[in-house]
Amino acid sequence: MTRTWQAAPSVGHPLTRVEGLDKVTGRARYAADIALPGLVYGWVVPATIPRGRVIGIDVAATLAMPGVLAVLHPHNAPRLADIGEGTLALFQNDRVAHRGAPVALVIADTPERAREAAERTAVDYLPEPHDADFRPDHPGLYTPDHVNPNNATTTDKGDVDAAIAGAAVVVDREYRTPAQHNNAMEPHSATAVWADDRVTLYTSTQYAYTVAQSLTRLFGLAPGTMRVVSEHIGGGFGNKGAPARPDAALAVMAATLVGRPVRVTLTRPQLYPLTGYRTPTAQRVRLGADEDGRLVALEHRAASQTSRLVEFTEQTAIYSRAMYAADNLRTSHRVVALDVPTPRWMRAPGEAPGSFGLESAMDELAEACGVDPVELRLRNDTQAEPASGLPFSSRRLAECLREGARRFGWAGRDPRPAGRRDGRWWRGTGMAGAHYPARTAPTTAHVTALRSGDYVVRVAATDLGTGARTALTQLAADALEVPVTTVRVLIGDSDFGPAHGAGGSMGTASWGWPVVTACHDLAHRLASGEPLPPEGLTSTFDSTDAVGARRDLSRYAFGAHFAEVAVDVSTGEVRVPRLTGVYAVGRVVNPLTARSQLLGGMTMGLSCALLEESMMDARFGGFVNHNLADYHVATNADVGELDVAFVDDPDDELNPSGVKGLGEIGIVGVPAAIANAVWHATGVRQRELPIGPARAITSGQ
Amino acid sequence: MVRNAMTGPELSSTVRLMLNGAPQELTVDNRTTLLDLLRDRLDHTGTKKGCDHGQCGACTVLIDGRRANSCLLLAVAVDGREVTTVEGLEDDEPHPMQAAFLAHDAFQCGYCTPGQICSAIGMLDELAEGWPSAVTAGPVHLDDAEIRERMSGNLCRCAAYPNIVAAIREVAGGD
Repeated sequence: MTRTWQAAPSVGHPLTRVEGLDKVTGRARYAADIALPGLVYGWVVPATIPRGRVIGIDVAATLAMPGVLAVLHPHNAPRLADIGEGTLALFQNDRVAHRGAPVALVIADTPERAREAAERTAVDYLPEPHDADFRPDHPGLYTPDHVNPNNATTTDKGDVDAAIAGAAVVVDREYRTPAQHNNAMEPHSATAVWADDRVTLYTSTQYAYTVAQSLTRLFGLAPGTMRVVSEHIGGGFGNKGAPARPDAALAVMAATLVGRPVRVTLTRPQLYPLTGYRTPTAQRVRLGADEDGRLVALEHRAASQTSRLVEFTEQTAIYSRAMYAADNLRTSHRVVALDVPTPRWMRAPGEAPGSFGLESAMDELAEACGVDPVELRLRNDTQAEPASGLPFSSRRLAECLREGARRFGWAGRDPRPAGRRDGRWWRGTGMAGAHYPARTAPTTAHVTALRSGDYVVRVAATDLGTGARTALTQLAADALEVPVTTVRVLIGDSDFGPAHGAGGSMGTASWGWPVVTACHDLAHRLASGEPLPPEGLTSTFDSTDAVGARRDLSRYAFGAHFAEVAVDVSTGEVRVPRLTGVYAVGRVVNPLTARSQLLGGMTMGLSCALLEESMMDARFGGFVNHNLADYHVATNADVGELDVAFVDDPDDELNPSGVKGLGEIGIVGVPAAIANAVWHATGVRQRELPIGPARAITSGQ
Repeated sequence: MVRNAMTGPELSSTVRLMLNGAPQELTVDNRTTLLDLLRDRLDHTGTKKGCDHGQCGACTVLIDGRRANSCLLLAVAVDGREVTTVEGLEDDEPHPMQAAFLAHDAFQCGYCTPGQICSAIGMLDELAEGWPSAVTAGPVHLDDAEIRERMSGNLCRCAAYPNIVAAIREVAGGD
């Protein structure tokens, strides 16, 4: 592949967000902000048992309540196609798969009336014994066929057991991470409206095209009937992923039933059982090394939960497949289906919990070998992916480690724990490596030159706060060799054609490919004198073949995180005065928005390290802290000094934009870096998250 | 405020308020929050609903100049009050706080942003009036710790916090 991105008048510059003025003035319309004449409101009636059957709903009483237009329930809902997605098979039978699952939808003319009628709807159940208790030794744990999204469940190279038996130093530990909820600021909302034999769905999704496709199949619609619009999205972090969340299907179902536009907005508590979360994990990491800390064996085993509706297996152990060299390497996953809500993607699914296991174990190995944690990782660096043997397209982990150590002031660190008392604080430092796959998926984009001298790009991308719209504007402007002010990028509309969603840190890489290629084609056509018709001249590119023709390489972004912590000697409160993140993420299209995304990832990592835990009450099968007062996310006052830096990371084996993606790597390894720093501060190992006050000075050992 | 009789268990009232300098008078279901009144009845959707419980700050507006969570106020409770939302901050050009949020990339998804901006404006007024906070030691003095503490009622899951602090500091002109 030839490098296509050397000249860069806009790329590389900190352009402020092109939709930024709309966002700071309140003009940007999110899914629940679209005004429509005749709009009515759907409200979910959630199951109040964790398992069993609905044996009766007093529909007549609800219909008699003021303003109620209709009630959707299993006896009047349309029959849906089986698209292999249990969470969307709504009202198809009388089964209750988990607490909070929709058993009915009340549609009324105002939100107040819909809410009251839904809450007063009487439902009779026949409960059945349930099991919502995730345990690492659960007898129901089994080995699934694959892990999310389509990774091998198990890898096995060499002879791990023999290598560990002969190793000079062995670390064998268990690590736990809790259920966590994405908690984007914008609750899920979907508004469906039929007009001219088409249904338009305004919804908050990271995957406009995929949602349109899946709902088309679910409802058995003719191709082209469904249009999904998601112009502005109030955050997602994986929570607004494919194929669709229940609010989308409910809105379409309700609008079809009542013949009016229907909006279904979930409440914050309803998000917890209905839209996905990160599964709790139990991990066992076994490391065997020589006396100098060089790994001879690495085993990473992970267990997680899923629901009865969908088999979702977090790919926790895959982090260990690509990080550190080990001739003997085994990774495996098991999952148990429980009577719980369905887990899904949350920022860096797999890598986020998995890096807590491996990077914590590496710190324990550093301690056991008496080797500096940065040096230990440098000694185990590799230029071929350990599990597959494939060469990396580029791997600048060592540069990240060295630059991070330099910026953070790591040199001269006293490795002994619990030696730095500063008034009421124990102080310590810790670090961890990080990686995240640099994937690219097929997408189609269109670019039109107008007679006004402006250009319009259309691609079914979404910008959930990543800065995608701005980055694509810069990439298109440079490819066309025109000023950014002449380029308008339209996204968030499934009518623009097949496109990957905003997930897996793949957005800019995937959308940028056809945008840049179509822009080059258009520029060439214009330069060769092709006439510009009144409607404009359009070039379209579908990157499917080009993506498929890439060499077989291992493509990853890399990073390193360094943390300073202060632990209150009496309360155990952990503060993080300083975090440094250094990244090799390919080309940085916009350093302003890139830094913001990484600040956000690091802060979510801090939040996961210290605060976040969705508490399942197994007696009732529900998350009891289902709100933002009881589920703590980092606030402004929880964040100290954050330092983000990049190392130069040219890589011609990626995509025409040269980007690796940076939405997720910022969270990877941060909880381990903080846990390792807490050990350094207090001498207490942290093998379970979150590191709340009670745990910080008493657990582990 | 006038209470109207209704059939059944529902009650409604007539509410008059000043919204961004314009008088409004309308009859509302008594269960309606100020947030839902703004969004569903008056098409002022700049003010966002994040939790509907007063836990996230996305719905922050200014009432008679003081910041408040509009989801925790019934519409009938703001009868006769002056309500300023994010849409009312512009005066031909963006309010300096809006411009600073844009320049410092003090948001990502933008959903908490209207609330953050209203909160920041109200917060600076509180600071100017000498209201202490949990981190105040001695005379009230604007610094990053004060901004962080006083802005912690406004969650930002994208975590633009450092940039929010920078934007507010620029507008306040503090150190």
